[in-house]
Amino acid sequence: MSKKLLLKDAHIEGIRTFEVYRKQGGYVSVEKALKMTPEEIVEEVKTSGLRGRGGAGFPTGLKWSFVAKPEGVPRYLVVNADESEPGTFKDRYLMEFIPHLLIEGMIVSSFALGANTAYIYIRGEYAWIPDILEKAIDEAKAAGFLGKNILGTGFDLEIYVHRGAGAYICGEETALLESLEGKRGNPRLKPPFPAVKGLWECPTVVNNVETIAAVVPVINLTGAEYAKIGVGRSTGTKLISACGNINKPGVYEIDMTITVEEFIYSDEYCGGIPNGKKLKACIPGGSSVPIVPANLLLRTINGEPRYMNYESLADGGFATGTMMGSGGFIVLDEDQSVVKHTMTLSHFYAHESCGQCTPCREGTPWMFKILKKIYSGQGTMADIDLLWDVQRKIEGNTICPLGDAAAWPVAAAIRHFRDEFEWYINNPEATRSNYGLAHYADPIPVPAKTE
Amino acid sequence: MSETIAFKPETLAQVDKITARYPQERKKSALIPVLHLAQKEFGGWLQVPVMDYVAELLEIKPIEVYEVATFYSMFNMKPVGKYVLEVCQTGPCMLNGSDDIIQHIKETLNINVGENTDDGMFTLKTVECLGACGYAPMMQLGKFYHEHLTKEKVDEILQLCREGQIALD
Repeated sequence: MSKKLLLKDAHIEGIRTFEVYRKQGGYVSVEKALKMTPEEIVEEVKTSGLRGRGGAGFPTGLKWSFVAKPEGVPRYLVVNADESEPGTFKDRYLMEFIPHLLIEGMIVSSFALGANTAYIYIRGEYAWIPDILEKAIDEAKAAGFLGKNILGTGFDLEIYVHRGAGAYICGEETALLESLEGKRGNPRLKPPFPAVKGLWECPTVVNNVETIAAVVPVINLTGAEYAKIGVGRSTGTKLISACGNINKPGVYEIDMTITVEEFIYSDEYCGGIPNGKKLKACIPGGSSVPIVPANLLLRTINGEPRYMNYESLADGGFATGTMMGSGGFIVLDEDQSVVKHTMTLSHFYAHESCGQCTPCREGTPWMFKILKKIYSGQGTMADIDLLWDVQRKIEGNTICPLGDAAAWPVAAAIRHFRDEFEWYINNPEATRSNYGLAHYADPIPVPAKTE
Repeated sequence: MSETIAFKPETLAQVDKITARYPQERKKSALIPVLHLAQKEFGGWLQVPVMDYVAELLEIKPIEVYEVATFYSMFNMKPVGKYVLEVCQTGPCMLNGSDDIIQHIKETLNINVGENTDDGMFTLKTVECLGACGYAPMMQLGKFYHEHLTKEKVDEILQLCREGQIALD
């Protein structure tokens, strides 16, 4: 059984309320942290080895240590709650059911960073969650954990919730800041990084919801004790949102020592594949990470068991492995079409491209169109090569990682499932009337041909 | 325009509360939250005069409002029905049968994606991942998610909409 740090009290009735949360030991980390210096807190977080839980996995303490501290300029903490990556719904669970855990983590983190104002940027579609968060904020304020002179220490902090309006790109930290400034969510060129010039050109740290929530156990346990949980550089626990063709979809907290096989088949987690079907493939870290066929997912290239942690999942690089990413775990059974699934993901990236960089703006709808052509039985072998070529021209050639996120699923699908692409091309009659295709409209209308 | 289009006093109070979250000289940050209020209060979509009114309120240029309103998928740029059925069609929802759900709604309401029913009651939209992948297939109606959809459950929801019994807010 995995150790639970974030979800340990999730089952307790009324845990959304300050009263019940406090009875379970809530806000103790704030009392502890406010007796430390900000530098000591940053050191604890560094010692813990906590890596960003939004997808990139960058060391949190190191990120915090980059924050510029010019005189007379405010600093900000912005919590990235824009969770929009297909397969990822863990932050929603945290905010919806244990909102005080996030608020508590934000107080500790803001104190460490020297921020007196913090924002939660939440995706607009999660329209009922701001009410839950705002209630938690009000309760924490009434109890003296927010507002002026917190617990008599002289530290002031206000937390505000800011709703976005349905743009996946706003999960990219600089696009998020643009959106928070009331603009289109177009990513900024880096450097300067937000830690130097972020929100309103002030030093800003942008961290994911789960990352900030994990600061609470880091302080409660100490960084050194937190680092003992998990394995190697995959310290602490990780939330995995599991979905697709599994018996028990949901959000699970793991300590990153279990095997992928155990996660998929044991009753404690996903409970296996419905109707006894075989596992075909899986995307273990949110839609942008490479899809992996069953044989490479369960075993490494050396035949050893693959584990649910950053290092093991990335073993072998993108050629054979994949990534932990955001922990959005999408399972495909033997009856699923990888070509169709990749087509839906390509449609997603084409729809969500902000349009700022040409390779992404032009390339993502192009990839979708080629995939749609192949899936509908009108493709040729040359289309597979064209698809490969287009994704290569997107990857690494855009301001933000959305280009890579759009290219990797296509590359991995061709790399591991080329025979399936060829089957669609060789069996046009079997695929031509594919049901459901009409829903996926071309994201950009094709202009009429003029002679 | 602002002579005919104006928020109710209670909404204006909400606007004041929202703008107070940002530094005084950064009022523009309130734009997206205020557009949400505007869309809700003025018929479910953002007409140009409404956007002009928001610009005036936040002391920014109308073009600054237009470029934001047209960027974000939650803002409607044309009239919609009373109930906007936003069905997720991405990856995990597709794996769990969102195709069937979309097809069923199309046939039941006799409209295509992006269209409104003649009685102005429903609009059908397909959307990209709403973070409900473990509860797929799903759709959003107003402020709330309806998950683990089946054709029967969709029929029930549509009927409750017709009876005015579905909460949007």
